[in-house]
Amino acid sequence: MTVSRDYETIPGTYVYDARRGREGYALNMFCMSLNIAENRRKFKENEAAYLDQFTLSEEQRRTVLKRDWLGMLKVGGNIYYTIKIAFCDGLTFQDVASMMSGVSKEEYAKMMLAGGRSPEGNRYKKGTGPGDSRG
Amino acid sequence: MIPVASIVAGIACSHVPAIGVAMDRGITTTPYWESLFKGYEPARQWLAKLAPDVAIVVYNDHACAFSLQIIPTFLIGVADRFAIADEGFGPRPVPVVPGSPALAWHLAESLILDEFDMTIANEMPVDHGLTVPLSITCGQPAQWPFPVIPLCVNVVQYPPPTGARCFKLGQAIRRAVEGFEQDLRVVIYGTGGMSHQLQGERAGLINRDFDKAFLDGMTKDPLALTRITHTEYMREAGSEGVEMVMWHIMRGALDTDAAEVYRHYHVPASNTAVGLMILENRSIA
Repeated sequence: MTVSRDYETIPGTYVYDARRGREGYALNMFCMSLNIAENRRKFKENEAAYLDQFTLSEEQRRTVLKRDWLGMLKVGGNIYYTIKIAFCDGLTFQDVASMMSGVSKEEYAKMMLAGGRSPEGNRYKKGTGPGDSRG
Repeated sequence: MIPVASIVAGIACSHVPAIGVAMDRGITTTPYWESLFKGYEPARQWLAKLAPDVAIVVYNDHACAFSLQIIPTFLIGVADRFAIADEGFGPRPVPVVPGSPALAWHLAESLILDEFDMTIANEMPVDHGLTVPLSITCGQPAQWPFPVIPLCVNVVQYPPPTGARCFKLGQAIRRAVEGFEQDLRVVIYGTGGMSHQLQGERAGLINRDFDKAFLDGMTKDPLALTRITHTEYMREAGSEGVEMVMWHIMRGALDTDAAEVYRHYHVPASNTAVGLMILENRSIA
């Protein structure tokens, strides 16, 4: 049985599947370590030194140090893990969601209060929709 | 006749962490939160009146009890108590969760022999996935009013179990409960959802039409809902909306003709569409 990857046609979405699981393991396990208060303190004290304990790629390291939330997802970050860095910074899920979607915190909050992001026009990446594939 | 345990009702309930934070900080009457919490009141009254002997809470751990080191698809907690997890900002100030070891071990044994290969946890902390539904339905008591059996489902690493598999697990849970020789009234929670996406450029996706059809389907045609694919959940209800597969475990444990006795739907709580639904077994009523 082959595993379908049809979810790859969903825009702006990084499904944490086997490929990302392989790429992101060390990055996410670093995030997991932040569940312990003492580790949060050490990380904030010297982020670069703390990260040396984990075998992150250069790009993973950069995204963490720069708080490039979207970038983290692209190099194997899992949102339930990367959010722990945000908690460490005193940010909320909504703060990070606004940064990932490229709008201000206020604009994002307003969108949510107005009923959230509509699925209309957000179901398929351009050129991958049911009408598009037939050419 | 030997008395046996029975499942009397099911509760479907979102487990948005911000709802717990709002309760813990005492800000539930602010304009942002007021109408959401007002809608929880009837459910609290219903549950207090029902006074179940034990609750099975189906939820997912969010990188607290389990990391990516080992990823159990289905897990049952058999401890006599479950500590509150530090999720990265300190543990929630809620009571330790009492377990129900005798029934939990019976479920573990029965389910495995019934071909559901459960992972067994003798020790684990519980996170907002379990404590927020308890807070929503029980308020802020000094002690939780009933013991709880945590049943964790992986939805963090793709793929989660299918909706159909979850429904069948629910059916097996019911068979197992009904084989426990003690007169216990059990409620089962299916938590998570509804539509929401926490990640990527598409964060904030909400789909009211999908959610309403899903809520309606819980009584109209629950089997049809079990055929929703993971991709359809993610496309229509957001990447994290896929956690609604957990509702099928609750639904599978109930009568085919279980009746909806309460529903509450609200947008938004933080990034999420919130749903709450109570289903009662007619055979008990």
